[in-house]
Amino acid sequence: MSGPKMRMRDSFLQAMKERMAAEKDIFFLTADFGSPVLDGVRKDFPDRFVNMGISEQNTVNVATGLALEGFRVVAYAIAPFITMRCLEQIRINLAILSQVRPMNVTLVGVGAGYSYEVSGPTHQALEDIALMRALPNVGVWSPADAATAAAMARQALDEPGVRYMRLDSHPLPDVGNAPTADELRRGFRLGGSRGAAAAIVSTGYMSHLAAAVRDELEAGGIPVRTVDLMNLSSPDIAALEAALSPCRAILTMEEGFIGRGGMDGLLAAQLAPRLPKAKWAHAGLAPHYSFEIGPRDELLAANGLSRSALAERVIDLINA
Amino acid sequence: MSGEKKRNPDELRALAAKFRADTLRIHAAAPETRVASSLSAVEIYTCLFYGGLLRHNPADPRDPARDRLIVSKGHGSISLYPILADRGFFPKEELARVCRPGSFLGGIPDPVIPGYETVNGSLGHGPGVGSGMALALKRQGSDRRVVVVTGDGELHEGAVWEAFLFAAQHRLDNLVLIVDDNERCMMDNTSRVVCLAPLADKFRAFGWSADEVDGHDVGALCEALGRAMSSDFPGPRAVIAHTVKGKGAPSLEGDPLCHIRTLSPAEVEELTGGAP
Repeated sequence: MSGPKMRMRDSFLQAMKERMAAEKDIFFLTADFGSPVLDGVRKDFPDRFVNMGISEQNTVNVATGLALEGFRVVAYAIAPFITMRCLEQIRINLAILSQVRPMNVTLVGVGAGYSYEVSGPTHQALEDIALMRALPNVGVWSPADAATAAAMARQALDEPGVRYMRLDSHPLPDVGNAPTADELRRGFRLGGSRGAAAAIVSTGYMSHLAAAVRDELEAGGIPVRTVDLMNLSSPDIAALEAALSPCRAILTMEEGFIGRGGMDGLLAAQLAPRLPKAKWAHAGLAPHYSFEIGPRDELLAANGLSRSALAERVIDLINA
Repeated sequence: MSGEKKRNPDELRALAAKFRADTLRIHAAAPETRVASSLSAVEIYTCLFYGGLLRHNPADPRDPARDRLIVSKGHGSISLYPILADRGFFPKEELARVCRPGSFLGGIPDPVIPGYETVNGSLGHGPGVGSGMALALKRQGSDRRVVVVTGDGELHEGAVWEAFLFAAQHRLDNLVLIVDDNERCMMDNTSRVVCLAPLADKFRAFGWSADEVDGHDVGALCEALGRAMSSDFPGPRAVIAHTVKGKGAPSLEGDPLCHIRTLSPAEVEELTGGAP
């Protein structure tokens, strides 16, 4: 990884703040979760910023009421809490209701995957992708860097609908160039070598690890296509198929439980049947909570998600 | 915009009796409907729509000039179907098709029904969504009100108390909560399951105004609702309507399990005197 590091939440909030200045129908709710940039939102827009207190269920319900009356609403909290504490509120009032009554609500969860590595399993978001993906009418957006998070903030305001954005809590460098409008529409960004026989599809923090694995393999003479999957609910599957059609080995990588309906489930169900000549493997977390305290990369390595282990899995898959 | 015309108590009583009979007839044809819960709220809905209390527009159900009505105890609002039909939200012929294939009138109403705002089948959501609407209306400078109807058993859900704290914090004086306090949840009396008393004191302690009234006395109920809607109290308002679950059907009244009871077509015929 290289380049300046920035927090996704800061770029997201900055983009939102800029739009709120000119557009008076944007309302910002936080479930008592803050940041220095958010202090600016609170100060500049006291009528359209509410700290809901530690109450994610009511945050989603109040967001619904505001949205039904025409506001575009952002509801901001820690990732596991804004998805799982209030799953039923999201299902009833956003997923079901938005099918009948159009609304624009963006749930923003900070702390994707092991982001909060020292806070333990309560604060880690390892099931959120699968749970949010299970809900019709709810988009699941997973930026890998600050530039993408900012672009998605603007996209969320410009498109009606309901979506969940999962943000990493750590400052990270950019994975590539800021996504273009076409890339946002398709829901993925390509990297690495065009025409490569091996590919890695990843999302969020794992796209940084995927880039490192790719660089290691390419230095060893193995070209690799990388796909940073930004949209985990409705990516352009035909475009993904076209991009990965030369591939004979595809490894998926996510910082969440695998085999439970996460990104692996999306790709296995929708993309794998279209690429019958490719061998697939899915890297992620075993269904097990981690109480170990340690740096994130050590927690990942304990799950077989170190750079070297993942590079070996790609090679094994090619040779399988 | 209609609903401004205020009926006198005699007219309201006659209307409530008619809607109670309509509700029983719907239930006879659609026994999946929750009749006991719906019977306790007949006077509440009648007063809102005919007591000059709730601004509504059947020709444009989402008219921005309407007051918002959230029926949080959705299962207990089959008695609202004949009222919405009578007001002209949809044709009265639809009342004969409740729970039939192709009908939009289900056993639990959804916002595909003109006159309904939200999804209500799961309890405890109305106060929070209504608070969001009330906050939006205040920010937009609207003088429209948000009326939320819950049951008392529904107040076992924790999310409603988050909403009650929030509504008081933001002084949502355009929010009126009507509790159809029929003293029953599904399996028993609420007082024997998880007791809510003293409910009015709880609301006052939370920063709400609270009024208690006989929820079947249309004159007193209209007065209490009118006070809640027009008082200058600087915060949200609760009206606790003391009601009888299964009101008007003696075999249901007093039965702690009446929530899950159905009435036979013969019983309904005896209660209503047959066809309208």
